[in-house]
Amino acid sequence: MSFQPIKFYQTGTFTVGNRLLAPDERSVQANMQRTNSLNSGHRACQGCGEALGARYAIDAAMNATANQLIAANATGCLEVFSTPYPETSWQIPWIHSLFGNTAAVATGIAAALKVKGRRDVRVIAQGGDGGTTDIGFGCLSGMFERNDDVLFICYDNEAYMNTGVQRSSATPPAARTATTMAVGREPGNVFGQGKNLPLIAMAHFIPYVATATVAELRDLEAKVQRAMEIRGARYIHIFVPCPLGWGHEAHDTIRISRLVKETGLFPVFEAEHGEVTSVSKIRRQLPVEEYLRPQKRFAHLFGDAPRLETIAHIQAYADRNVRRFALLEEAAH
Amino acid sequence: MLKQIEGSLGVAEAVALCRPEVICAYPISPQTHIVENLGEMVKTGALAPCEFINVESEFSAMSVAIGASAAGARAYTATASQGLLYMVEAIFNAAGLGLPIVMTVANRAIGAPINIWNDHSDSMSQRDCGWIQLFAETNQEALDLHIQAFRLGEELSLPVMVCMDGFILTHAYERLDLPDQAQVDAYLPRYEPRQVLDPKEPVSIGAMVGPEAFTEVRYLAHAKQMQALELIPRHAQEFRAIFGRDSGGLVREYRTSDATTIVVALGSVLGTIKDTVDEMRREGHRIGALGIVSFRPFPLAEVRRVLHPAQRVVVLEKSLAVGIGGILSANVRMALSGVQLHGYTVIAGLGGRPITRKSLHKLFREAERDELQPLTFLDLDWNIVNRVLEREKRERRSGPIAETILRDVGVVAARVA
Amino acid sequence: MFQIRLHGRGGQGVVTGAEMLSVAAFLQGRHAQAFPSFGSERTGAPVVAFCRIDDREIRLREPIMEPDALIIQDPTLLHQVEVFSGLKPGDGYILINTSRSFDELGIGEFVSGFRPERLRTVPATELAVKHVGRPLPNAALLGGFAAVTGLLDLASVAAAIRDKFPGRVAEGNVAAATAAYEIVKQEMKEAALNAQAD
Repeated sequence: MSFQPIKFYQTGTFTVGNRLLAPDERSVQANMQRTNSLNSGHRACQGCGEALGARYAIDAAMNATANQLIAANATGCLEVFSTPYPETSWQIPWIHSLFGNTAAVATGIAAALKVKGRRDVRVIAQGGDGGTTDIGFGCLSGMFERNDDVLFICYDNEAYMNTGVQRSSATPPAARTATTMAVGREPGNVFGQGKNLPLIAMAHFIPYVATATVAELRDLEAKVQRAMEIRGARYIHIFVPCPLGWGHEAHDTIRISRLVKETGLFPVFEAEHGEVTSVSKIRRQLPVEEYLRPQKRFAHLFGDAPRLETIAHIQAYADRNVRRFALLEEAAH
Repeated sequence: MLKQIEGSLGVAEAVALCRPEVICAYPISPQTHIVENLGEMVKTGALAPCEFINVESEFSAMSVAIGASAAGARAYTATASQGLLYMVEAIFNAAGLGLPIVMTVANRAIGAPINIWNDHSDSMSQRDCGWIQLFAETNQEALDLHIQAFRLGEELSLPVMVCMDGFILTHAYERLDLPDQAQVDAYLPRYEPRQVLDPKEPVSIGAMVGPEAFTEVRYLAHAKQMQALELIPRHAQEFRAIFGRDSGGLVREYRTSDATTIVVALGSVLGTIKDTVDEMRREGHRIGALGIVSFRPFPLAEVRRVLHPAQRVVVLEKSLAVGIGGILSANVRMALSGVQLHGYTVIAGLGGRPITRKSLHKLFREAERDELQPLTFLDLDWNIVNRVLEREKRERRSGPIAETILRDVGVVAARVA
Repeated sequence: MFQIRLHGRGGQGVVTGAEMLSVAAFLQGRHAQAFPSFGSERTGAPVVAFCRIDDREIRLREPIMEPDALIIQDPTLLHQVEVFSGLKPGDGYILINTSRSFDELGIGEFVSGFRPERLRTVPATELAVKHVGRPLPNAALLGGFAAVTGLLDLASVAAAIRDKFPGRVAEGNVAAATAAYEIVKQEMKEAALNAQAD
């Protein structure tokens, strides 16, 4: 399944359209036969980016594997809101073990399937940024290095949300969290080097790495399906806003995701064996302020005494991404 | 078939005969030879079909075993000491999820200070995690217990730890009777999981259970492990019928029936104890030994049955509960609730200090004369510890104990004030 | 029960030597237990290994405190480590890897109370270099041990060596062991003759 970038800014809507596409390019979600792997009834917040991303990703994976999928899930929001014991909203075989071991559990499942000759059944490991970039890092790197046949999906909402919005190594600079409060000389999270998991995944030279957001859901589906065509270690990093933790309106989840891409703060690309193979271009780079303003976690940068230096610093991050990944489209002639 | 081989190789051969499907391991002394042998067997194809995974940490090792077992594969791993601690979160997880993983723990001390030699602190630290814990007295028993472990674990849907003394057993060459595949197949049926991850019948495993149901879940875990008290003797009988020898069971008595003093212990030290008992018996002492094989579940009834006719019990253990005293002895005490006899705890062999017949002779005779303290540290150098304690009375400072001792011995290894 | 303690340095095959002893005993239908005195491995560091041989199951797990026999693979240990600790005075066997005599090694006086036919030296390293091409004296010493104690026969020692080492290496070691066996046997014969003559 390929990705056709349909831009809807002309029509003024944000609908994920299918009517303009050939049937085989239409969204999995628009299909009556979609599996609803993450079924309705789960307890996610209104506007949860992770619930949206997970539903799309797993249904796309099921579609690509003729419904032969097993998922291992890290501790976190997704795990908690999807399995309020004694109920579950998962319609696929699913296991939650611990916070930091999801990649290893998936390795074990894949090994069991291999031994039993079940080549048709595939394995997905999924978790939030905490379970991926921090506590899950060791197991993840081990899985990458062994090239185990696992697709690891990280739903990045940039903090430990389920425990009350604490900072993770994925939290962006200046963002307010419960452990990086908007107080003191440098309110919000520090300006570190960041921890770019997609680049780290690429440094392991695994067969497939991709980033995506929930603003371009068909792009997300296409990437998951592309990943399922490949055997070996694969990694997809999905930007998923959290209205509660970020302090934005529940109906702005997709808009915020579009803004993070259009500002250059979150490069959307694919890579294979350590080389970038495709980049989703930005038509017009938006200033980071447009992305930061709607989120209360950045509120301390605005108001009566705006922190222009900080905003400029964040802008520099975005500009560096644009340069590094060649995010801007070439000017039309 | 009789072979003169290293204990580790015997265990590896036994595990291989159990047809494991996923073996994952991280190296740590003194378990290394077990997994190296298994790795070689898988690589040459001698053990197939089997996936052997070199993981990047013990935490990962147990997690891979969890995933594999949940997906219906017979899973095995091995570790010791620090490695066991590193996987603690996953160990509890495996027990809580009811996954019949079998793991060898090559008993080794836990640091700090780092120590690679044998004692039981590692297994003991995990005695409450919900795993079944079996202690092997000899390499033959170690080999046999692994076969019994797979059977027991899969029948109860519980993970099983087979504990064998690191170096003392793992690295010792002795005569072993290796079973053949037909015997093991007759004893150990295919793994048929109760709940398995399979697209044919999707299940969600590992949900968060709240206050309204948690107590029931935990009670059932306890009740399930208690069922092992019945199963273990039954399996041991079946084992005897198929393999022709006694291995396993809950406890093992040695000359206890008319003994006035009974020594209780776990693991390989029982061999030395038995030799000492024999020597003392020749001199007319009424002394016997009780070896505990199943430490978890703890066979309260059996221990009570054997010990209550005696006048005194000496629990000799390679473990220490800092801040209170003995661990094994506390468990034994529970079995003797209400029974009047003298009980002595002897902490011995910590960090691999040899337990000698000479010391045991002295110790047991002191016990018989009821001259022992309630808590004794066998072969402790009082000179050294008293010097340190004296100095600390005068000047209280913090710092690592091992390095602090050196100041009194006169060798300053590091600038520890 | 017969207890043998082997002393050497890391890298000289002391542990393997103890293991082979146990295998040889096993092949003769006896119970045997072999284990090292465990420590961090390091080439050149003093290493001790143990072997017990008996006709019944061996239950004892303590290190060998009172050996019946000592095999000393590296004579430089003689004045550095307490190799003789616990050795049964008078009745003990001592086999040393050296081309020098007990006197030349400076322990002549120490062993004066021992039974001379139980004190043997054998140039095991030289034999190993000659037959195997490497200075690993353990196999040769086993041959010497078999000769001086009569506890194991050469065939079992050879079989144990073949069990441990592959093809040509095994044969080389067997040759070294056989040579050592013969040397020791010859020396013992001569010593017996001399004793008679006195």
